[in-house]
Amino acid sequence: MNIPKELKYTESHEWVKVEGDVAVIGVSDFAQSELGDIVFVEMPDVGDEAEKGESCGTIEAVKTVSDINAPVSGEIVEVNEALEDEPTLVNTDCYEEGWIMKIKMSDTSELDDLMDAGAYEEFAG
Amino acid sequence: MPYLPHGNDDIKQMLKKIGVDHFEDLLKNIPEVLKGDVSLDLPGALSELEIQQEMQNLLKKNTACHQTVSFLGAGAYDHFIPKVVDFIISRPEFATAYTPYQAEVSQGTLQAMYEFQSLICELTGMDVSNASMYDGATAMAEAVLMAKSIKRKKNEVIVSSTIHPLYRRTLETYAESLNMTLIDCPLKNDLTDKEALDALFNENTSAVIVQSPNFFGAIEDTAYISEAAHNHDALFIQGVDPISLAILKTPGEVNADIAFGEGQSLGNHLNFGGPYLGLFAAKQDYVRKMPGRIAGMTEDADGNRAYVLTLQTREQHIRREKATSNICSNQALCALAATVYLALMGRSGLQQVAELSLQKAHYLKEKICEIPGFKAANSAPFFKEFVIETPIPAKEIIKKALDKAIYAGIDIGTFFPERKKQLLIAVTEKRTKEELDDFVEFLAEIR
Repeated sequence: MNIPKELKYTESHEWVKVEGDVAVIGVSDFAQSELGDIVFVEMPDVGDEAEKGESCGTIEAVKTVSDINAPVSGEIVEVNEALEDEPTLVNTDCYEEGWIMKIKMSDTSELDDLMDAGAYEEFAG
Repeated sequence: MPYLPHGNDDIKQMLKKIGVDHFEDLLKNIPEVLKGDVSLDLPGALSELEIQQEMQNLLKKNTACHQTVSFLGAGAYDHFIPKVVDFIISRPEFATAYTPYQAEVSQGTLQAMYEFQSLICELTGMDVSNASMYDGATAMAEAVLMAKSIKRKKNEVIVSSTIHPLYRRTLETYAESLNMTLIDCPLKNDLTDKEALDALFNENTSAVIVQSPNFFGAIEDTAYISEAAHNHDALFIQGVDPISLAILKTPGEVNADIAFGEGQSLGNHLNFGGPYLGLFAAKQDYVRKMPGRIAGMTEDADGNRAYVLTLQTREQHIRREKATSNICSNQALCALAATVYLALMGRSGLQQVAELSLQKAHYLKEKICEIPGFKAANSAPFFKEFVIETPIPAKEIIKKALDKAIYAGIDIGTFFPERKKQLLIAVTEKRTKEELDDFVEFLAEIR
């Protein structure tokens, strides 16, 4: 199970990479492996408001559709358009090429509620 | 359909196989207090002959359409159904088939659904179709649900007043719990009032719904309305009469986003109101938001073509309260009837049905309007249905006509109380010139 040390994680298996006041978001190796082959990623529109803990998109695998829950609140500033044609990037490279969206954080203190790599490993391992 | 009850020997054999002495032993888990002693107080058993006689007597109380000359319409029409349709849908493989969740044993059902979907796409000019819905009314309500899901933050829908009043009522039932506001667009000359429509758009409008031909049989300017909707970032939802699509502009041709309709006219009997057949089609972009069942084509492990239910993850049994709809079923047998009908008729056959219906309807309207006291209720272009103003209430004409074994049509006053002297008359390819002339003669004697 790949759990990069510099990232933060949620209990619903999203990861967060902090770049200044922007949070880059994706789903963890554990999530993509549980879901199986991803066939479609439904992403929010740029400009939409995300609310921490609320669904802001979905990931569709062959047997299920899972919500993507926003780890932090803020405005969606970018989504990974490559996933439209290649949703399987989430399977093959979930931490890099398979990133899903970028949120400009409205309250950076929300990051304190997230787990670090060690805590996530205990949670998901 | 033949009925084969279990004989006592069959029951004994089955119980023995599972190691049980009496049938009641299988009910041991139900508490005594709940079992009670329910006396059904049924009349005694009848022989097959006696049952037949009893059923005949019941049937005699009805006057079925085929025993009359019918001008009934408003969504359900007396079109011709070739015997082949009934023959094929009566085949036990189709008549008793269950939902095709297990693709390996359901290829026949799934292929039939796939063909149905393909035919509906061709007929409507849309990109994708589902395997059918319950009826035109619920299909319309589902179209609104879908529009709400696509245009997420907008919760208003403009509904033309020329839409079938019963479809509107069904939509109201849905809208109540959906936090959707229905905005009525008034009618003018029994058509959607285009000027009034333009004034109704705002940034909250998710969609506009127009039925064409509409409830009054009139043909709407769908191209104009579609453009108006898109100019205001709203979806255009069009209701259709599938027979009319053989000669009228299709929803696809006017860039509709969602098309719905009642498929009864395609090979399905009138059945005293049901079961009917909801048609539902949309643009490719919206396929993941479509309600209902969808059959797809794929390849099996050996590379052979195979059919499956697809995009099931949107359905209720997987997505639960977040499903695109709580309808995850279809009208498989009715859809099959429609498929067989369309395959039999073909493009030219369907065109013929449409043209004959159109011409006969126009002939009848012309003749009726020549009778003093009768005139057209509107000047709108129409397909196979039209409204006539009558010298006495339509209800009374309908009653008198029954004596001549004629179903004269539908009393508009039932839905629009201020229009009690208006009769909605539908004409299909089945009506002969003689029947039409006889009807005119009957009306001419009305005073």
